[in-house]
Amino acid sequence: MQTGGPRADLDRFGAVPRATPRQSDLMIVAGTLTYKMAKRTKLLYDQMPDPKYVISMGSCSNCGGLFQLAYSVCKGVDKIVPVDVYVPGCPPRPEALTEGLLRIQDKMMRERWLVRPSRLEGDGAEA
Amino acid sequence: MNETAPVQSQGFYTEDMTISVGPQHPSTHGVLRFVVKTDGEVISEAIPDVGYLHRSIEKIGEKVTWHGYVPYTDRADYLAAMFANQVFCMAAEKLAGTEVTRRGEFCRIIACELNRIASHLISVGTFGQDIGAMTPFVHALRERETINNLMEEICGARLTYNYIRIGGVGYDILPETCARIIAFLDHFEPIVDEFNRLLSNNKIFIERLAGVAVVTKEEALSYNLVGPNLRGSGIKWDIRRDIPYSIYPELEFEVPVGTGRVGTLGDSYDRYWVRIRELQESCKILRQCLKMLPTGPAIAKVPRKFKPPVGECYVRVEAPRGDMGFYVVSDGSEYPYRVRIRTGSFTAMSIIDKLSKGIMLADLIALIGSLDVDAPEIDR
Amino acid sequence: MEAKEIYLKLEKQFPDKVGNFKGEVPEPYCLVSPEAIVETSRFLRDDASLKFEVLSDLTALDWPKEEKIQVVYHLYSYSNKCQFVLKVDLPRDNPKVPTLEGVWKVANWFEREVFDLFGVIFEGHADLRRIMLPEDWVGHPLRKDYVEQEEYDGISTQRAPLVEKLLR
Repeated sequence: MQTGGPRADLDRFGAVPRATPRQSDLMIVAGTLTYKMAKRTKLLYDQMPDPKYVISMGSCSNCGGLFQLAYSVCKGVDKIVPVDVYVPGCPPRPEALTEGLLRIQDKMMRERWLVRPSRLEGDGAEA
Repeated sequence: MNETAPVQSQGFYTEDMTISVGPQHPSTHGVLRFVVKTDGEVISEAIPDVGYLHRSIEKIGEKVTWHGYVPYTDRADYLAAMFANQVFCMAAEKLAGTEVTRRGEFCRIIACELNRIASHLISVGTFGQDIGAMTPFVHALRERETINNLMEEICGARLTYNYIRIGGVGYDILPETCARIIAFLDHFEPIVDEFNRLLSNNKIFIERLAGVAVVTKEEALSYNLVGPNLRGSGIKWDIRRDIPYSIYPELEFEVPVGTGRVGTLGDSYDRYWVRIRELQESCKILRQCLKMLPTGPAIAKVPRKFKPPVGECYVRVEAPRGDMGFYVVSDGSEYPYRVRIRTGSFTAMSIIDKLSKGIMLADLIALIGSLDVDAPEIDR
Repeated sequence: MEAKEIYLKLEKQFPDKVGNFKGEVPEPYCLVSPEAIVETSRFLRDDASLKFEVLSDLTALDWPKEEKIQVVYHLYSYSNKCQFVLKVDLPRDNPKVPTLEGVWKVANWFEREVFDLFGVIFEGHADLRRIMLPEDWVGHPLRKDYVEQEEYDGISTQRAPLVEKLLR
């Protein structure tokens, strides 16, 4: 939230928050992912139009974070959706998220058009 | 609801809509979901659906040691992390009979009141954003950025502090930090007046909130609302004043209560106004603490393998969202037997179903913002 | 008000239903039999000298060695600034207790949470279903003998190998 604030400002890099996934290119998964929310996250990912990217923000969504002993936490959002950039930290500093966003922009620049590897087969729900 | 009756009599087919508000939505209270049955704009039923952020913090308490559980209490409500730290440490100290050093108590209160200001800023800023006023959110975040820097100087982390430990605090507060806190307070107190000019005395804001979702005193007690929600309904109850803990008996501050300033007593504006007044009271408390700060060690000597005797205790603290209580049961080993966290947002959610009958969809968002619920506190 | 006085008033009103008062501990409590919990709480709430307006907390403790689940009620009085704790012992294989929803409305959500995490059934509850966990979750996690399931909804619960040693 502080990244959208005045000091480390996401807007000046061209990232505008949208209310609905159907109009967005980037999904930032911030915070802990529980099994109850996992199905909805997959639904949101499917609702985004191609080309789409995912940033996993924070150690809880990277790998489960410090909740390894918990019964209801999904150990990493990459069990559900394919992730492009992992931003570590607990919680990550706003500057770290800004760097994650810049890396996604670099990745987008380096990608070849029309040849985008399909990342959904063989990459989805297994650990 | 009178407008719909003539329409139906003309032979149109109407039915209630069932909308799912959430769990992903642009409002900033976290992953909450409401299943809302509406007749056009007017809600007939709004059932909250929680549990999307249930991280089983209570169960983890049985698997880690007493000292090692403190970072988990941070995450119970990460916007007011100091308070959860403090309650857990107070509960462990009450069980074991440990005495906290005097400087440690003062450091705790300084850190807690700074955190209270930060949490209320977020609450007030996001409330304005939910109503539609985008600018005060950015002003509030700017002030909170300074507080985050101060907290980083004190304990190394911006959000989840792990600062208050059993027996005192983790690190001492340096004199330079005290000077910076006073500079921040000098800068911040006029900002609250600026906030009032921008938001609180704004005619549109008042009309959106006055008289919306009134909570009477009996309902507030029956539904166990706590904190600013309870005080907004006119009941003067503050744990810092009525069940004093730490060094609060030596400090002078007022307890703001809702008075029906614009509209009815107990409406959304009253709850919001109590929070604004609490910002000002926290500044007063901070100034007094910094003046009275004694010298001495910041933490008492506590054994590494902390093993309190068999027993149970229930400790409460006035957190920004109400009275946070920890019920801790110990069986004499170095792992707690049961840790139970009771937060103010959980009970505030239970009243939403009752209050939302007959209001409009936009008022539901105002109601959730005025109750200041946030998802990590509800689901733990 | 002292906890002993509160207990004596309770005992006079409900002679066989309350017992086992413990007053020397930080949180004085007494045991109440399951059928009498609703009338006892109503008496504590409405009596003019006691006035426990608020149910602060409703939770449960699992004691597998003594084969019981204990439901704990923390009552608080704002007028008299005192706290009292009621405990109800239930058999572990069939825990059932009447609901307190008629006395304090907040009991609705507290009891749903205790049902979800411990499996205690509250008779007379308007809407007893899971609140924190998904509807199709199997098991009651906060019990001491809870074993996690292998996978949920196609997502495996396997963790990185370093952590498995810590799982107790």
